[in-house]
Parts: sequence; structure tokens; C-alpha cells
Amino acid sequence: MARTLKTTFHSLFMIELLKGMRLTGRYLFSKKFTIQYPEQKTPLSPRFRGLHAQRRYPNGEERCIACKLCEAVCPALAITIDVAEREDGSRRTTRYDIDLFKCIFCGFCEEACPVDAIVETRHFEYHFEECGEQIMTKDKLLATGDRLEAQIAADRAADAPYR
Amino acid sequence: MLEFILDLLFVLLKIFAILLPLLLGVAYLTYAERKLIGYMQVRLGPNRVGPKGWLQPIADALKLMMKEIVIPTNADKFLFVIAPMLAIAPSLAAWAVVPFDEGLVLSNIDASLLYVLAMTSLGVYGIIVAGWASNSKYAFLGAMRSAAQIVSYEIAMGFALVGVLMAASSINLHDIVMQQSGGIWHWYWMPLFPLFLVYFISGIAETNRAPFDVAEGESEIVAGFHIEYSGMTFAVFFLAEYANIILISVLTALMFMGGWLSPFQGIPWFEDTFLAKSSIIWFLSKAAFFAFCFLWFRATFPRYRYDQIMRLGWKVFIPITIIWILVLGAVIAARVSYVTLGVWTVGIVAAYLLLNKIATRAGT
Amino acid sequence: MSLEKIIFYLFATILVLAALRVITSRNPVHSALYLVLCFFSSAALWILLQAEFLAITLVLVYVGAVMVLFLFVVMMLNINLDVMREGFIKYLPIGITVALISVLEMGIVITGNFTLDKFPAPARKAVDYSNTEAIGNVLYTEYLFSFEIAAVLLLVAIVAAIALTMRKRPNTRSQNPSEQVLVKKSDRLHIVKMDAEEKQS
Repeated sequence: MARTLKTTFHSLFMIELLKGMRLTGRYLFSKKFTIQYPEQKTPLSPRFRGLHAQRRYPNGEERCIACKLCEAVCPALAITIDVAEREDGSRRTTRYDIDLFKCIFCGFCEEACPVDAIVETRHFEYHFEECGEQIMTKDKLLATGDRLEAQIAADRAADAPYR
Repeated sequence: MLEFILDLLFVLLKIFAILLPLLLGVAYLTYAERKLIGYMQVRLGPNRVGPKGWLQPIADALKLMMKEIVIPTNADKFLFVIAPMLAIAPSLAAWAVVPFDEGLVLSNIDASLLYVLAMTSLGVYGIIVAGWASNSKYAFLGAMRSAAQIVSYEIAMGFALVGVLMAASSINLHDIVMQQSGGIWHWYWMPLFPLFLVYFISGIAETNRAPFDVAEGESEIVAGFHIEYSGMTFAVFFLAEYANIILISVLTALMFMGGWLSPFQGIPWFEDTFLAKSSIIWFLSKAAFFAFCFLWFRATFPRYRYDQIMRLGWKVFIPITIIWILVLGAVIAARVSYVTLGVWTVGIVAAYLLLNKIATRAGT
Repeated sequence: MSLEKIIFYLFATILVLAALRVITSRNPVHSALYLVLCFFSSAALWILLQAEFLAITLVLVYVGAVMVLFLFVVMMLNINLDVMREGFIKYLPIGITVALISVLEMGIVITGNFTLDKFPAPARKAVDYSNTEAIGNVLYTEYLFSFEIAAVLLLVAIVAAIALTMRKRPNTRSQNPSEQVLVKKSDRLHIVKMDAEEKQS
């Protein structure tokens, strides 16, 4: 009974609500931590999973051997691979498409790849203006790889001790 | 005839002089809301359009004007289009009787308090007509919730106003303010402290603002009654909501906080300074404080559950108002001054809060 | 024609048309909204009669509260009008008779007792004359008894409505928030201090 009375008064005088308002009132004047995005950026981990790329060996040969492990492991079925034999007899892809609208950026393809061919880079600021542009073809992936190779190699090296 | 036309033009000019600052205030209230809630959530809020984001409301308005108005199939077209106007018309019409300063009022009618209450209760039509005409389940749910909520809280609100008009023995807003003259302890928030709280909280419920915004309830019914509205029709609902916030703030300032009266009135030290002078500046700053409270509450409190809103309205607010009307009646019959009652009321509340504070401190 | 008359005829026309639409409109929600328009126009007419208190109260009570509940119910029920129209022809004779009788009665009353020579146009009151005060004076002196009877009747109606709808069903599981918030940590949680059962090797 005494407790009921006490709680009744407690809620009647809105003590809990006043406490909440005091808290938000304090935060009104506290330091703000907003990152002003295009000008300031948050640091990225070497393990960051952004746009996909295909790598080459230092001699310019593409790494991918069309083993289709990435296609098999992809949970979103975003990867499509067609295989054919090249003139020199090696097994190569004729088509390697990643549909970025399906991709969930889980990084499984990267983990599955035996030759470190498909990787996810730190690059995440990109956009599409037309339908169809979201399909990352082999040419586009290799071009991204060529462009970001230095960063990709550095990130792999940084993460190597933990693998 | 010419004189009549000139009179009409003059009235139109006065209406314009009230509505233009009001709509500008509405636009910048949205900006203030985003900025304040941002700050309370340790963010910065809009700061890209113009210096410090000052042009953000204008950019928003332009965007909404450019957007297409989509009318859903099987919607009642006429009612669908007219609903936003039904929502905004009463909230603007109520300003006709709001006094801004001594003698500065568009229409000083006898029953202005009732007029304001009638106008604020009409705002619900826009919402229920919108919800029904949209031919959408979520919109309809929002409209039903809002209708039941507004009708319930109107009773508590009306009773709170009964207290005010008992104390002032007038239903004219101008007279009510003038009755409160004589310093901060003469204002009605002190003798009518419970009614003041009930009125303001009911006002929040009446305008469908957080924590009583179940009519929109983003998390459960998407956007409630205005889910099907886009472009300018949506913008008008938005304007109506914020115009209502300003209206409730202004009315609370008028009825419980002495309107344009200065809090330093009657204190000998301040007698000759500008602080003791009653002016529209006091009025606007009081209204701004209450508008700030609206935003503060939104940043602080989570949304009420619907049955609890009803419980609060019927089982808590209405009994409180009835009890306080009885107390007030006894005080009037016993010819005790309002100042005494006010000092006792606020004194008891302050003592309770202080004791509670001491008790919790001793407990931990 | 003076401005006042123009306003009067404007609102009177709206009132009559809206009243007609209330009964002819096929959609019950539209009917209810036309009824709202009716109330509004009659409030405007009352204001022309300098009865601003009554006019505003009409808007406040009927438009602001009663009609909202009305709309609420009409919208929720989603009335099927075709079913309602089935008995139209069957009940038409009775309906016409009732309508004729009421028109006749009203006609007698208006022509018999409310002619202009018996009720001259009300004199214009002074500017500071308060209609509100006059109503209050009459209501709480002359008509106090009928006023209180009306109040008690309404109260009985409220109590009856609640008594009819409030039934205790034994198996419902509803929450009681006021009890919920009463619960303290100590009611639910009992912390026991004890030694570790097994010594770590």
C-alpha cells in the first residue's frame, strides 16, 4: 500500500520523465562527434569489404583459374562464370560477372579463392547511372584490380599474420 | 462602400501580417527540430544547405513543391485533396483571436477561449478525412487512432481551460492575460499548476506529437494518416502539424504564463528597467520556450502504447482536472487569493521533488 | 440588400443544400461530412444573431466531438447501402405520412406562433452587451432545474453505456501497466552468495 502510494506520487510528479529530460538536456550541450563525410573520412580497416577486383600476377597474367569456387560459395548467387580453354591450353574464364545488386559483400568469394584472384577492395564510393552497369564484368574487375593493386597488395600483407 | 473595401483590405493586411511570420516560423521550427534533436543525439543536424544549414527549410519546401501528387486508385479524390486543407485551415483560423500584446489582436471576440478550443478540435477532421479518403489500411488505422485520441484528450483540455476561466472569470484571452498581471507569482501556472501540466500534455496529444504520435507511428503503421500523401499535399499536413505546435505553445503562454506580461513586474528593483516592461518580446520568448519543450519531449520520450495513452487521458488527466476544479472552487468560495494557492501548490511540488532527491541520494 | 442579408442567404443556402445532401448522398461518410457542413452553416447563422457563445459551442460540441465519433463509427462499420435500401418501397408510405405530419405541425407552429408581428426583430444590443453572460444568468437561475435534469440524464446515459459494454470475461489475459511498473528488481531477482562448488585444479 505504502509502495503503491509512493509510486503513484512518483509518477504523478513525473520524476522519471524529468530525469530523462535532464539527460537529453545535458546531451544538447555535449561535444558532437559527427564526421563531415566528404571532407572528413573515418579510417578503414585493411579487411574492409568494398568494390570487387580481380588481381594479376606481377608478370601481367590474370590470377583467376576458373575453379568456380567463388561461384559455388556465393550465398547470394551473384557470381556467374563461363569457362573455356585458352590457346595456350590453360583454363581461363570467358565470362566472370558479379551482379552488385545481388552481392551482399560477405567476402566469401575472397576467402574461397585459392589464388587470391577475386578480392574486395577498400573502394566503396561508386555509383551506377544506368541499368546493367551494376554487372561487374571481367574487364571491369581487372581494371579495378590494376588501378588499386598497390593498396590491395598492402592490405593483404597487413592481414597476412592473422590468417 | 469605399470605406468598407478599405476596411476589408486593412483586415486582409493584418491577416497577412500574422500569417507570414507564422508560416516562416513553421518553416524554421522544422529546422530547429532537426537541429535540436540532432544535438541531443550528439549529431550536428542539417548543416549543408546555406551557412549552418539555414536554408534547409527552403530547400525542403522547394523539393516538396516539385514532387508529384499521387492520388491512389479508388481513393475519394475530392476528400483526398481537401483533407490537407481541412487540417491546416483551423490551425490558421485560431490565430484570429490570439492577442500578441495589450490591444494587439486581430479580433477581440468575447468567447475567444472557446473559439480557440473549437478550432483546435477541428484539426482532427483533416486527419480522419485523409485516412478514410486514402483507401489504405495503414492510413485508416492512423486516422482511427488519432480520432479516438483527440476526442479523449479534448475533454481533459477543456476541463483545464475551465479552471483558467474560473480563475480569470472571463473567456476572453485578452482579459485572461490582463488578470494575471503583477509579476510571475500572479501567473496562473502557479495556482493552476496541475491544470497547466495537463493542458500542455493534452496539447501535445492533440497535435499528435511525440510521445503521443501514434497517428503516424512510423514503426507500426508506416506514416499513419498521411502515408498516401506526397508532394504539396503532404507539405500542407506538415505545415498544419507545426502550426498547431506553435498555436499550443502560444496558448499555453497566454493562459498560464501571463502572455506578454513581464515576470519582473512589480519587483521594486526592476521597476524602471526595460525588464519590467511587458512587451511582445516576452510573449514570443515564452511561446518559443514551450515550442522548445515540444522538441525536447520528442527527443527524450519513446512513443506511448495506445492503450496507455487512453488510460492516461481518461484515468489520470480527467480526475486530476476535476479535483483541481473543485479545489479552485473552494478557494474562490473561501476568498483565498490565487497567489496563496499558487505558492502552496508549487511549494508542495518543489518540496516533494527536493525530498525525493534527498531520499535517492541517501539511498545510493 | 445589406451585407448581413447577403451573408445570411449565403449560409442559409449552404445549410439547406448540405441538409439535402445528408439524406440524398449515397455514401454514409459523405452524409456525415455534409452534416458537419450543416452544423457549420447554422453556427454562422447564430453568429449573425449575435449568439457567438452558442455558435462556438455548437461547433465545439457537435462538430468537434459528436460528429468525430459519428464519422468514426460510420467509417468503421463500412455500411452496405444496398441492403439498407431494400425496404425503401415497403416503408415509403409510412415515411411519407410521417414527413407530411411533421411538415404540417411545423407549419402550424411557425404560422401560428412565430409570425413577425408576435416576435419583432430583436433590438440591436450595445457593443459591450455579453450574450454569454446573459445565457449564463438565465441558465443558472430560471432554467437551473431543467439544466440539471439534462445533466443527470446525460450522466445516466454514460453510465448505462459503460454498464452495457463492460463485461468481465474470465479468460482474457490483459496487462495491467500500473501493476507492471510497481515491480522492483527485488521482487523478481534473488541474489544468493555461495562458494564455488568445485575447487579448480
